[in-house]
This record gives sequence, structure tokens and C-alpha cells, in this order.
Amino acid sequence: MRFGVIVFPGSNCDHDAFYAVGNNLGQPVEYIWHDSETLGNVDAVILPGGFAYGDYLRCGAIAKFSPVMKAVRRFAAEGGLVLGVCNGFQILVEAGLLPGALIRNRGLKFICRELRLRAATRNSPFTLAAQTDRILRMPIAHGEGCYFADERTLDELEAEDRIAFRYIDNANGSLRNIAGVLNRERNVMGMMPHPERATEPLMGSSDGLVVFHSMLMAHATAPASVPAVRA
Amino acid sequence: MTITPDLIAQHQLTENEYEKIVQILGREPSYTELGIFSVMWSEHCSYKSSRVHLKKLPTRGKLVVQGPGENAGIIDIGGGYVIAFKIESHNHPSFIEPFQGAATGVGGILRDIFTMGARPIAVLDSLRFGRLDDPVTGPRNRRILGGVVAGIAHYGNCFGVPTVGGECLFEPCYDGNPLVNVFALGVCKKEDVFYAKAAGVGNPVIYVGARTGRDGIHGASMASAEFTEESKQKRPNVQVGDPFMEKLLLEACLEAMATGAIVGIQDMGAAGLTCSTCEMGSRGEVGIEIELDRVPQRETGMTPYEIMLSESQERMLLVADKGREDEVFRVFKKWGLEAVEIGEVTGDGQLRVRQHGQIVAEIPNRELADEAPLYTRPYTVPPKIARSPALRAASVQTALPKLLSAPDICSKRYIWEQYDYQVRTNTLTRPEQTDAAIVRIKETGTSVAMSLDGNGRYCYLSPREGAQLAVAECCRNLSTCGAEPVAATNCLNFGNPERPEIMAQLVEAIEGMSDACRFFSTPITGGNVSLYNETLGEGIYPTPVIGIVGLMKTAAPVTIPFKNPGRSVILLGGPGTCEETRFGCTQYAKEVLRDLWGLPPALDLDREKRLQSAIREIVSEGLAESAHDLSDGGLAVALAECSFGPAEIGAQIELASDLRPEVLAFHEAPSRVLLSTANPIKVAAIAEKYGVEAPVVGITIEKEMEIRQRSVTLGTWEIAALKAAHEHALEAALEAHVR
Repeated sequence: MRFGVIVFPGSNCDHDAFYAVGNNLGQPVEYIWHDSETLGNVDAVILPGGFAYGDYLRCGAIAKFSPVMKAVRRFAAEGGLVLGVCNGFQILVEAGLLPGALIRNRGLKFICRELRLRAATRNSPFTLAAQTDRILRMPIAHGEGCYFADERTLDELEAEDRIAFRYIDNANGSLRNIAGVLNRERNVMGMMPHPERATEPLMGSSDGLVVFHSMLMAHATAPASVPAVRA
Repeated sequence: MTITPDLIAQHQLTENEYEKIVQILGREPSYTELGIFSVMWSEHCSYKSSRVHLKKLPTRGKLVVQGPGENAGIIDIGGGYVIAFKIESHNHPSFIEPFQGAATGVGGILRDIFTMGARPIAVLDSLRFGRLDDPVTGPRNRRILGGVVAGIAHYGNCFGVPTVGGECLFEPCYDGNPLVNVFALGVCKKEDVFYAKAAGVGNPVIYVGARTGRDGIHGASMASAEFTEESKQKRPNVQVGDPFMEKLLLEACLEAMATGAIVGIQDMGAAGLTCSTCEMGSRGEVGIEIELDRVPQRETGMTPYEIMLSESQERMLLVADKGREDEVFRVFKKWGLEAVEIGEVTGDGQLRVRQHGQIVAEIPNRELADEAPLYTRPYTVPPKIARSPALRAASVQTALPKLLSAPDICSKRYIWEQYDYQVRTNTLTRPEQTDAAIVRIKETGTSVAMSLDGNGRYCYLSPREGAQLAVAECCRNLSTCGAEPVAATNCLNFGNPERPEIMAQLVEAIEGMSDACRFFSTPITGGNVSLYNETLGEGIYPTPVIGIVGLMKTAAPVTIPFKNPGRSVILLGGPGTCEETRFGCTQYAKEVLRDLWGLPPALDLDREKRLQSAIREIVSEGLAESAHDLSDGGLAVALAECSFGPAEIGAQIELASDLRPEVLAFHEAPSRVLLSTANPIKVAAIAEKYGVEAPVVGITIEKEMEIRQRSVTLGTWEIAALKAAHEHALEAALEAHVR
């Protein structure tokens, strides 16, 4: 399975996503520069953490206008797997590919901490290898990760089983303990915790691998209708 | 503009210094030239008061690739890779504008690292603040701490370097003079190291990065003077940082270096364009000529004086191979950065600055960069506090929770959780899990352990012994993790060197540090001196901070917390002893007796070295389940810290000693490590090999901790309560006053 890691000039978890996929998952992976209008021949893209264009405005507010996001939108519309982590999640939300918003943490401070969370559904290509009753440990590292949406949207997310992960330790004040959400088509997922930072014992946890293993399994069983080469 | 005695004084130049300038130029300087000399000859840039003594420091070693004199020191770590590292202070700006002062401190040291071609992979910080609970100065001290921490977090987190450790201590003497010392470390291939040296007559001089504005003019001079009531008006002297720009600059510089078209490169930090041009010229023994009209400017109507002295952040100067400029320009364009040819390398050794074609400054590089006057300032002896001890009836039971929630000892979680300490996925432990921060190098299978240490209380009582103790503790922190200390960097924070008793502190601390670094074979490869840390005539405690790096094989580290009940607890080095004159510097004396007297703990260097060899071997052999060195708060505090793991495993210990109970529990004699093991016999055998005591003092138990002395219980505690006191004290001290 071929992964692409999008590199905005201020991405700083791009190396980490690349390492997790290339080294710890053993899959081919390449970087995709932010002004590229195509994604090339990849089966999934990762929007990594960081500060895409400095994020002095709202996080992700500028990134959504970048050339590569046009390609990401197209890719998502064609059913390709899109994973946004941390800043990547913020960008997907700003781009309208996922609902809701990520606002400043409840305590108004940046928090770097390992938290406990659970997969809230197995019905997605990002969580199908998970067990929903198992406690997962993954770190967060963000200042603006409090998931926020209006009540109607939150109800809808729950009704449609689109909450991918929920915090057990909710450090940032996210509504309904939401740590990750899916789009309606279930091929785009954003999460604030960093699965790529929990992919080998030396990192203190390997629980993040579940996200990547799920993607591999989903890809292996994907219907042939998903085009292998995209514009 | 005519140069008047007033104008010379305003530039903090003495009459003699001015005469030397006239002599070098063979004429009166212009206003611009006066400004240029004043920043290059400031204490901050020239080390004129300290240089004579800094020469005493050991700087050579078999792993040293680059010692002092470059932007950072470089050490060979094997496997074809090197690390570049240095520590620097940003004390004065952080007092005036805490957020931006600290943020640009991080920015400055990061540039020093990637200027050498190394990608930064770790930052540590050593911080000192005034009392948080003081009714008068407390509010300001709390605001400074909040701003400094947020500033470091803002810059490091956005740039994408993990802030993995450090230290933070509090004393009234830092009320008007907080210390913000930032250490950074980077890694690169040995053949990819770059130097800040100009070469090749006719080669283009290229300016890259942010535009030049009027911010930070005279920052270096500000950092070379005491604070007065008017200092707040110097806020415009503090620069504003843009970590995103710095991140672009990092990536672009590393990519441009890889083209092979760059000859030399230096960042523009203190003294900006002035410093980068004349230092690169001087190192390469060439001249540099620039045209200021070509310098990208953020504001209109800037004078040559302003452009040359601006300390706008995120700028670099480089010399490229003539004919290959386009390769460099292409890379910077890709990253959206400005890169402009502003001049060329010449053969005449002069720094020649033009504006609109007219020469506005013409100064020989070598004299400007390297011939600042050196002062052998008079020094007497450091002040002594030879009062007799004031010990009185004491309770170990009540003192321990008090010490654990004291600002110096309590958990600094509030601070380090604001830092992304994991980005780049090389950080092998979170802060406070090990005595040193450990970052792996994926390319070599080697890990680098790092620690910063300094103890103003010890150094105030004896600068010489205090500096030695700092080096010993720093090396011990690395050894307790299993790492071999290999090299060091130092940041010397002192008061006004023109006062002989302060100068005495500086001299003795440097000599003490030299002796200890020589003894532990940790040469100093660079660093920084910050003098004039005084406000309204009140100086800080002498605060030399040492940063030492050690090497080890990459493996899951042995951490501080006890892991299992029923394990033997060994006090490697033994309970130690402490005369009462050496108890006045302890945290117990500070927090319980509210006093300070006598001398710092006695250090036996040879014993310390044997202890470190023993613990390194015990840890490397996989015999220790947990390990923690004894420092602030002594044995009782260390034992409590070992109990604060998620499982809350404590210990029951019994000591055979005739010391007073509070001295036994809280004295801070060095050369001791507390460890738990399932294999006490093998541990004892290793200890014996090095002639180190290794008494089994107790056993690990669940949920509780108890200390006994000759069968008399000195205290019993529930771990959960102690842990809560330790964990939340800092946050409580900072936030109790909000609302």
C-alpha cells in the first residue's frame, strides 16, 4: 500500500509520519509538496501535524487554500483514504472535509501528554482492526484541539456512528470526549492524538499502529472500483 | 554627527576604548562606525571581562571536532555522524518582555545549531525566577514565568524541535533578573558540517530570511548593562520572533547546503549584520563589502546605523561560490524566502559598508571582531557567610511534604507539558522520568543523554565548589541513565564584573568548573557569558549553568520510579555524611529553617567518578529496575520521587547512622544514587569493583514509604498524598492568585 505524506512548509510531524509508515509499518511512502496539484500514485494520504503556514491566523485557515488541498479534495471524493493528524485534522475541518471545529484547549495552554482513549467504532477503514473495549495510549501535543460542534452536528455524528475515537482522559475539553471523527463516506478521518508517535516500544506505546493496520486491511479488501491511479 | 564624550558614554564605550578605535581607524569614527564598534566590543559580543579567565577551561578531547569560537561546539558520535550543541542566555530581554525575550532566545540558539549544518533535535532550558509568593514582587514573577514558558513553547513547538528537559529554580535574587538559558543540540553527517567563515575573493555575499527592521537595535549592548528604573523603556530593544520563518530558514539552509554551492554561513544574532559580516571576514582573513540599499528592509528610511545594528530575527548571511548563486537562490525561492546578493568577499580585510554607493563604514574585520580590549578586572574574594548553624528540634515527618511541594523540588509538569517534548519521535523518556533527557539518533543507533545543572545557593557560598558540584551532578545525571559523559557547554550568569567581589565569583567559578571538567574528561566546546545581571545594584547569586552531553546505545532507558514491590533498595555511595556547616545550603535549610549559611556539600571528585562508573555499569548490565541520583532535598526527597510512578510503589528503609535525623534525611552530599534491583548480589559485586559502598537499605512496598534510623521511625507517608503535593504545587502557586 502506497502512502503519501503531505508537506506544508510548516509541517513538523511529516518526518514522524514518514518514519512510522516506512519503518514501523514497512510500507512504501513518499512526501508530497504543498504546491503540487496532484498526489501521484498513492493509496492513502496523511496530513501530518505541525503549523502548516505558521498558523498565526486560525490553524489550517490558510492551508485549505493550498494547491495540494485541491488534489486532496478530489482524492477524497474518489474514495481515497485521507488521514489527518493534529494540524492535519485542523486543516481537514477548515477545508470542510470534516465537520466541527478545533478551538483552544480548555485550559488555554498547549498540552503534550500521553492520554488514554478508545476506538468508538470499528466501522471505518481507520479503526476496523481495533477493539472498542480496549484502552489505547497515544500522546497529544496541541494548543487548539478542543473539538467543538453544535448539538445537532454532534447528535448526527453519534447517530451515524462517525465518531472514530473518544478520550478516556479528556485533557482539552473536547465535546462528548471526541478525539477523532469521520466524514459521511467514512474515508476521511481526523484525530488530535498522534498515532504515528505510538508505533514502536521505544516510543512508549505501539497503540497507534491500530490506525495504520486498519488502513492496510481496508486497502487489502477494498472493492476493485476504487481507481488505483488518480489524477 | 559629531562624536561627543556624551555620545561615547551612551554607547557604553570608555575613553580608552574610544582612543583604541581612533588608533585602529587612524581617524575619528563616523556615527555608524561608533555604533558598530560599540556592539562588537560590548561585553555580550566580546567577552572582554571574562575572556582572560575562559582560557583556563579545557576545550580539547578526542571526540571534539570543533571547540569554542564557532557558532556551536561539535562532537563526533561515531558511525559517520556528529552532534552540534551550545547553551546561550537570553536573560535581559526575558525580563523586559518575557514572551518574546524567551522565544527569541530559543530562535537564536536554534540558528546557531543549523548554521553548522546540523538539524536541531533537542532543546533544554535552565530557568531562574524570583519568589512566586512574595506579596510585592510575586505578581510580576508569576507573570514573567508564565510569559517565558509560553514563549519557549511557542517557538520550539512551532519550529518542530522537542523541548526535552531542563531545570527551574527560585530565589529572591532573581526577582529583577530572571535567567533564561537555552540549550540546543543538532545532528548531521560528519562531512556536512559548515563553518562561519568567508573565503574566495569575488564570491557573492548573500542575505537570506526575514527583512531588516528597527527591532532589537542595541540588544547586545542592553545585555551588557545593569537594569535601572528606565529599563522598561528598552522594550523596543527586544526582538519579535517568528518561528514559522525560522522553520523555513532551517529547511532552506539545509537544502541549500546540500547543493555544495555554499562556502560559509553565519546567522545574524546579537549585533545582526555587523557581527555576521565582520566575524565571517575575520575568520576567513578576508574583507567583506556590502551595499545597504540591497538589504531587504521592512521599514523605509532606515539609516546605515539602524540597518547595521538591527537584531531582527530569522536572518542568515552566507557566502556562495561565484557562478553557483542560482542554485542557492532556487532553494530559497522554493521555501518562499528572500535571498539577495548584498556584496562580495574582498582581499583587503576590511568591512566596507556602502549606502547609495557612498562608503558609510570602513573598518578592518580582525580588529573589530577579535581585538576588543581585554580586561583583567581586579578581584578580591567572594563574600562568605560564616555564621554558625541554626539547627533546632525537627520533624522529618512534616518536613518531607513541605519540601516536596517547595517550588524548587515540586514537579515542573506545569512547565514541560506546554512543550512538545516528543516531536521527531526520538525522545525516549518524558521529563522527570529520568535524571537526564535522552534522545535517540535514528541513523546511528546511538542515544544522546543531556542534562543542565546549576545551583546558585551552592555557588553563592562557594563559587569554586558550587561549580564543581554542578559538573559532578550533571555527569551523575547522565551516568545514572547509563550514558558516558563526553563534552560540555556552559552559561555563566553573574552580576557586575566591575565589582571586585563579583569578579572574584566569576574567576573562582570558572576555575572550579575547569578542574571538574578536566577531571571528568568533558571539555567545554562553547558557551556563553551573561554579566551585569543586576537590578538597582542588587546582583544575582553567581549562577554558572553547565550542560553536558553523554552517549549510550539506544535502548529503553532505566527510569526513576520503582517498578515492583519486594525489590531490594540500594543506596549506592552509602548514606554519606554532612558537617553542620555544610547543611546550610540545603533545601531543608531554605524551606524549613529559612536560612543559608556555611559551605556547599563536600565533594570528593575521585569518589564521585568511581560512583559514576559503578552506576553506569549496573545500568548497562540491566541490573537496575530503577535509578535516581540524590540531589536537592537529599535522600528523603529522592526516595519519594522514586515512589511517584503510576503504580505508586514506595519503600521501607532503615539507616544505620548517627547523624541528626533531619540531616540524615535531607543532607545533599553528592556521589549517591538510589536504585532498586532484583539482583542485589550482582549490584554489590560491581560496586565493590569500584570501591563504592552499596548497602541494601530497604525493600520496595506498595502505596507507602517509611524511613527508619536505627529502628526509630522518622516518618511514614502515604504515597498518594505526597504525590499530589508534589504534582500540583507549582500550578497552585501560579494560579492561586488569578481571579
